[in-house]
Amino acid sequence: MGWGFEWTVALRFLREGRMQTVLIIGGAAIGVSVIFFITAVLQGVQQDLIRRVMGSQAHVVVKPLEETVAPLVADTGDGRSRLPVVQARPQRLTSIDGWAPLANLIETTPGVRAMAPVATGAALAIKGNSTRSINIIGTEAESYLRVVRLDDKLKSGILDLRPGDAVIGIELAKDLGAVLGDRFRVQNAEGVSEVLRIRALLDLGSRELNRRNVYADLRVAQTLLGIPGRVTNIDIALHDMMQADEVAARLRASTGQLVESWIQTNSFLFTAINNQNVMTYLIRSFITIVVALGIASVLVVSVVQKRKEIGILRAVGATRRQMLIVFLLQGAIVGTAGALIGSAFGQALIVIFSKILRNAEGDPLFNLAFDWSLVGVVLVSAIVLGLLSAVLPARNAARLDPAQAIRG
Amino acid sequence: MATEALIQLQALRKSYNAGLPSEAEVLHGIDLTVARGEFTALIGPSGSGKSTLLNVLGLLERATGGSYRLAGRDVTAFNDDERTRVRHAVIGFIFQFHHLLPAFSALENVMLPALIGSSNGNAAADGAALAPKAMRAQAAALLKDVGLQDALHKKPAELSGGMQQRVAIARALMLAPQLVLADEPTGNLDTHTSDGIFELLRRFNRERGTALLIVTHDPRLAARCDRIVELVDGQIAADRPNAAV
Repeated sequence: MGWGFEWTVALRFLREGRMQTVLIIGGAAIGVSVIFFITAVLQGVQQDLIRRVMGSQAHVVVKPLEETVAPLVADTGDGRSRLPVVQARPQRLTSIDGWAPLANLIETTPGVRAMAPVATGAALAIKGNSTRSINIIGTEAESYLRVVRLDDKLKSGILDLRPGDAVIGIELAKDLGAVLGDRFRVQNAEGVSEVLRIRALLDLGSRELNRRNVYADLRVAQTLLGIPGRVTNIDIALHDMMQADEVAARLRASTGQLVESWIQTNSFLFTAINNQNVMTYLIRSFITIVVALGIASVLVVSVVQKRKEIGILRAVGATRRQMLIVFLLQGAIVGTAGALIGSAFGQALIVIFSKILRNAEGDPLFNLAFDWSLVGVVLVSAIVLGLLSAVLPARNAARLDPAQAIRG
Repeated sequence: MATEALIQLQALRKSYNAGLPSEAEVLHGIDLTVARGEFTALIGPSGSGKSTLLNVLGLLERATGGSYRLAGRDVTAFNDDERTRVRHAVIGFIFQFHHLLPAFSALENVMLPALIGSSNGNAAADGAALAPKAMRAQAAALLKDVGLQDALHKKPAELSGGMQQRVAIARALMLAPQLVLADEPTGNLDTHTSDGIFELLRRFNRERGTALLIVTHDPRLAARCDRIVELVDGQIAADRPNAAV
């Protein structure tokens, strides 16, 4: 007891309705390919954006609490209070003392993938008669590379931070007129200085970062910043960067320190990604609805056109259920065909547009790898969509009175 | 059981739009018994209710009064599903305008009833499930029997009116029904072709013992049936065996 009859009739009806079938499968295919395409574009754009912005940032940063000034409320004696203007206190370079126990706490917090101690602050880079203001970032190379993927940005040299080594951006190298292996001097405001050798050059994806960031050994930075044995922050990478706010809250509670998530510090990026997602979701939903309405309307017309045939089939012994299935199958077949053709077409669009849509470095914006999981999702949704679209017409077909249908 | 009549109608009534102001009764209490293997003509002027009676007999429509026993079962109160299954198992239809499915070849049209049965479980229940190959063979044999051995794979549009009606006859006989209902089977055919179709029906009636009830306007044709039932204004006006045959 298979569905031989239902399949045969469904396929034959579709084949018979030639132009209608071609048009509706075409419509479904275009819908699917657009969904496929915008999903790929969105993913490409977002990944590029995140890579660019987050390339040299940690997902979560633990910092010491800022020093604040408690306002003094003086009683004037006449029952009124005087509110003095509170001037913000100039912030010293604050640092975390005894960060090792803190590190343990952070490492065992759920969601944390990696962490690295960082001592960072402002300094000057001097070579010959060129002096540049820089941001020195002292850390332990091994753990830091697990937090921020600097290896992606390596232009030349080796990412190694032994005492006396420095890894700098390409712009700074240009400004200093230095090449790989050259030495330069880093000096703090008090005049304390260290000579560092350029071990590697980075392209951090932004001119500003390429000009300012100088990575060095933790101890060297501590000395230069005048905070021996202490760190200014602990940089953390998460398993899922979208969980940053949650993990930050957890850390805030457990460490009592100032904890910033990338979502807070880059709220513009997070909002942009969110808005994009909502927009794409809307577009996809509307396309889906349009495709469903298209399939439904063609099948409704088809039921009217095939009144007589349905009547004959019923007279010859087909049950209502069988007629229902015949039309549901047509919906599912149209959906499946549309999804398959649409996926292929969507992939073709991606290949074509990858030559046109490029990021700032001139690389294709999309991941060109065929997204099989997306095909799977699209296929399953299309079959469900086809079936749902066919429900109304199929019920019309099943309810048709055979005697009336045959009469004409 | 074997002696029971194939069709037994008692005081059968059929009205349309029942319960509405526009209610119209078309059949006003029909009593009719048809024996197994009988070859009956149903005649009467237009609007006398012939087609309605045929639809009720064929379980396409439900009577609004009286009772209907078909092949030993009281089918009066059957719901759509039950009526469809009995129709499939017991009845073959031949319509005036052939009513073949245009997208299917002659062979496929003839196979349809068997195909329907194989996927709704009806055939299995009747113990008559056919493998696709056997289905094809049987349909081809039937088409050969109606003289269309060369047109198996032609679509209805490629066949003449007479040939299409032969395909329809083969389809009606596919599941070896006990009763074939024919509504003006020669209605739009020329005399020569009509005679051929009629002979074919007659032959199947004799060879297979299939009961036939033929609605016809053609007195020539009615005169060649075993029994003539005349319907006037929704009532049986005359019912006589045809002595001439």
